[in-house]
Amino acid sequence: MDALVNKRIKEVLKGDQNAFAEIVELFQDKLYRVCYRMLGNKHEAEDIAQEAFVRAFVNIHTFDTNRKFSTWLYRIGTNLCIDRIRKKKPDFSLDADVTGTDGLTMYSQVASTDDLPEEEVLKMEMQDRVQYEISRLPDKYRAVIVLKYLEDLPLQEISDILDMPLGTVKTRVHRGREALRKQLSNM
Amino acid sequence: MNMCPDYIVHYMHEYLDGEISPEHELELKAHLSSCASCQKHMHELSRVVAFVQSASHITAPIGFAEGVTARLPKEKSKVNMKRWFHSHPIVTAAALFMILMSASLFSSFNDDQQFSFTKQSNIVVEGEKVIVPLGETVFGDMVVKNGDIQIDGEVVGDVTVINGTQYMASTANVTGEIEEINQVFDWLWYKMKAGAKDVTSFLNGKEGK
Repeated sequence: MDALVNKRIKEVLKGDQNAFAEIVELFQDKLYRVCYRMLGNKHEAEDIAQEAFVRAFVNIHTFDTNRKFSTWLYRIGTNLCIDRIRKKKPDFSLDADVTGTDGLTMYSQVASTDDLPEEEVLKMEMQDRVQYEISRLPDKYRAVIVLKYLEDLPLQEISDILDMPLGTVKTRVHRGREALRKQLSNM
Repeated sequence: MNMCPDYIVHYMHEYLDGEISPEHELELKAHLSSCASCQKHMHELSRVVAFVQSASHITAPIGFAEGVTARLPKEKSKVNMKRWFHSHPIVTAAALFMILMSASLFSSFNDDQQFSFTKQSNIVVEGEKVIVPLGETVFGDMVVKNGDIQIDGEVVGDVTVINGTQYMASTANVTGEIEEINQVFDWLWYKMKAGAKDVTSFLNGKEGK
């Protein structure tokens, strides 16, 4: 897989966009998933994940082929997500356009800062509830929890992606778990 | 739980990270079996992990990759052409052949401004003019480049003047064709005819001119 990716990267470096399209095919699900879990909104996730690929393409010459491409790509993606979360306007509305979200309720569109009344939360479908609880996590814990439990990445790789010491990653995973425990205490 | 040491919770997380040492694990297990509140804490943390991991695997929406391609900056035309060449090898070969051929023809027309002529024993050269003197007979074709030819005598063969003029005296006698070439296209046509002639004479097994 890595050999194939590096071959494609060399072609992209020569200016071949078709080779990059193959890289997108290989990594789109992973990156989109992380963005979706981080942002909790399909449209934003698609926008940010696509933007991450565009940035990867533009900056491909800075990628060190001795390292893992997915780590580099995740780093671009998570940084964009964190920026987006911080810039997010607080006036996010539940009535926001949810067309084309095929079957997802408005709860899956809820921004991280909006806490719902408990009775609403208890009525949620399981999948929406998972997304909702992840969205409620402070973003510094959210990133590590998403990468650890939804992408099954080793702690060392998470440390590379988020560019923080391994110890910090561990602490954030612990605190993230504790935060989720408190959030879920009513279940 | 209040009375329990902080490190017990820390051990729980070490356990969940799969990084607990055997000693810590023994200590944690011993404590959990004796402390209901820590047991509850541990159970809740395990449930959190299972809860988060139950999230379904979603995939990128349809048209995602096309969206990325649409947002990429325009690719270098160099690669576009390269791809086109790859998919049309015969056209490419033909085009390349034409380019090289025409280049060599044009360059031989433009660069070669030297006065030159077919060497014959009985002709006279004055400056840039070749004279076939009266009474002399030249056997064979005469080609004069970048100069004039004056024919007073007889030429048994063709006379070709490139970038020059031919002067014929009333006594002149040329058995073959007389041709004056001053334009690029005439030059090309001449080259092509010469090439064809070479090929046909080669095919006929004759010696080329």
